[in-house]
Amino acid sequence: MKRVGPFVLERRLAPSRAAVIGVSVLAVLAALLVMAIIFWGYGVSPWHAYATIAKSTLGSRYGLMEILRRTIPLLLCGVGLVIAFRSQFWNIGAEGQLLAGAVAATGVALYSGIPAPWLLPTMFVVGFLAGAVWGIIPAFLKVKLRVNDVITTLMMNYIMIYIVEWLIHGPWKGPTMRGFAYTDTFPKAAWLPTLPLSRVHWPTLVIGLVAAVLAAFILARTRLGYEIRVVGESPDAARYAGINFLRVSLWVMILSGGLAGLAGVGEVGGIHHKLLSPVQVSVGYGYTAIIVAWLARGSPIAAIMTAALFGLIFAAGDVIKVALRMPFQVTGVFNGLILFFLIGVELLMYWRVRLAPKGERWTGKAGSSES
Amino acid sequence: MDWQSWLIGIVGRALAFGTPLLWGTLGEIYAERAGVVNLGVEGMMILGAFSAFAVAQSTGHPGLGIMVAAVVGGVAALIHAFLTVTLRANQYVSGLALTMFGLGLAGLLGRGWEGIPLRQPLPDVTIPGLAKIPLLGPMLFEGQSILTYAGLILAVVLWIILYRTRWGISIRSVGESPATADALGVNVFLIRYLCVMFGGVLAGVAGGFLSVDYRPSWTEGMTAGMGWIVIALTIFAAWDPLQAIGGALLFGALYHLSYRLQAWLPPELLKLMPYAFAILVLAIAGLGGAGRRRGAPGALGVPYARGEK
Repeated sequence: MKRVGPFVLERRLAPSRAAVIGVSVLAVLAALLVMAIIFWGYGVSPWHAYATIAKSTLGSRYGLMEILRRTIPLLLCGVGLVIAFRSQFWNIGAEGQLLAGAVAATGVALYSGIPAPWLLPTMFVVGFLAGAVWGIIPAFLKVKLRVNDVITTLMMNYIMIYIVEWLIHGPWKGPTMRGFAYTDTFPKAAWLPTLPLSRVHWPTLVIGLVAAVLAAFILARTRLGYEIRVVGESPDAARYAGINFLRVSLWVMILSGGLAGLAGVGEVGGIHHKLLSPVQVSVGYGYTAIIVAWLARGSPIAAIMTAALFGLIFAAGDVIKVALRMPFQVTGVFNGLILFFLIGVELLMYWRVRLAPKGERWTGKAGSSES
Repeated sequence: MDWQSWLIGIVGRALAFGTPLLWGTLGEIYAERAGVVNLGVEGMMILGAFSAFAVAQSTGHPGLGIMVAAVVGGVAALIHAFLTVTLRANQYVSGLALTMFGLGLAGLLGRGWEGIPLRQPLPDVTIPGLAKIPLLGPMLFEGQSILTYAGLILAVVLWIILYRTRWGISIRSVGESPATADALGVNVFLIRYLCVMFGGVLAGVAGGFLSVDYRPSWTEGMTAGMGWIVIALTIFAAWDPLQAIGGALLFGALYHLSYRLQAWLPPELLKLMPYAFAILVLAIAGLGGAGRRRGAPGALGVPYARGEK
């Protein structure tokens, strides 16, 4: 306990739900405030900027649909990262795992010759597996050789980015694309259905929502979920309890990578209908999903909300680009700011401020009773 | 002698390409030796690259550009230091945020500067006398950047400071066991702040080298993952400034080879080589260390709070 003027600061062991939400909202507001300064510095009136963004995203059906379509990959990757972060596995590789899924889906769509009704389900299954494979390599290296997971998952992103570049410039370059670095367009049977007059490929959205619920169930109610949580919260206890780290890490990364892979299937099958430059397939969904997961604080269900929030930010990025003529990188700046503030105010959640009881006198000893 | 000119070319270019890696790695080594991981190297480098280019282009002084890049890198690192040392935030997440922020901000500000060649790049330097040594002379001392020489000297100086001075003992003890260091009267917070900021300064210079010297121009995302290679190199070099020279040279050569071999292999596949190699190298280091993290500071990644436990 610390006394500051007429107040006392009390430490609490677990933050209350209200504190978590309050502090998170505070962080987002602070980021919006700094962003306003950046708009102003760029010569765009912040008031005008936010009004335009609000009107063109939340204020129109097209805008809402765009938010939804941006939410889909963020949700799938975000749920996967929630699982990974719960076990203290630092999967920074959702971007590469997403692209792995996109590559696999493209391969199936263009070259497998699987008949129509089975084509889309096969794309999803193969996309999941590709993402999972891209994810378990770092898991294996981490558990077996103690190679830092942040670095391996990140390097795997770059490797996959260049594999995609190679495919679209080389062996998979579409003969009908007149020299552009794309594959051919998928046959219609490999196009995901969309909601009318939008780019919302709803089957992927449904998969994302189901994945969030399933992930919540796995984490809370199954043996694997229990082991994931123990490994994450107390590795020593996990070791003592004889939990198999390799098995847990592999499952975590199969799920985490696989879900990101599904997001990749959705992007090529639902939006682009071909494989193209990696920065176009994913505009940084895999990296942004890290914030989605961090903001969700270990809850896959909360990730639905946070994914939608960042879906909104991406949709806003499009508006900023078109209506305000500012580059799309604004979203990157904003994402970084939100993350800074989120972790910056984290300490606040663990302190409660209240008025000091009357008559209690500062003795100087109170400070040392803090645990 | 054909093989000689080939070798001279490879080593010379490896030195040039290894320079930003060396500067970045030396900085990260100091930050991590004090116990703070900074995954924001990529962000600090790109901010350094942009600010160096913008200043060099508008003033005509590339040296001034490098200095500004150093300051910008240091200020960017200050954010990380404040969040992780004072607010005790998660170091991984803070670093990632710094990278996202840096890449975004540099892309945003750099919009109008893209594709312009720099009017006055940093001049290359040939060291008189030493350049006359057969084979070694043209390999090491001819037409290299002043930052290449400075980086090599810096590595030696930083090694001496780390292992042979009181400052070095303080830094290492703060990274190994901050509570003990604190009890002995070492200012843990100050040292962590200084080391993280020093890391940022060097990362800024590394970025500046790219935009005013190596490829005197500004392109969005021109650091292309080098900041992450730096973090891998820090582990690979076992947090030792002298070993960082070897690591930077090795990866410099690899980057260079990925251009050289384009006649035989598709360029896209060559470009992924350094990243694949980084994983391979760390895996081999993991095998060799028999699972122990050789040389890693004991309190790496752990925030320090006075009076707790």
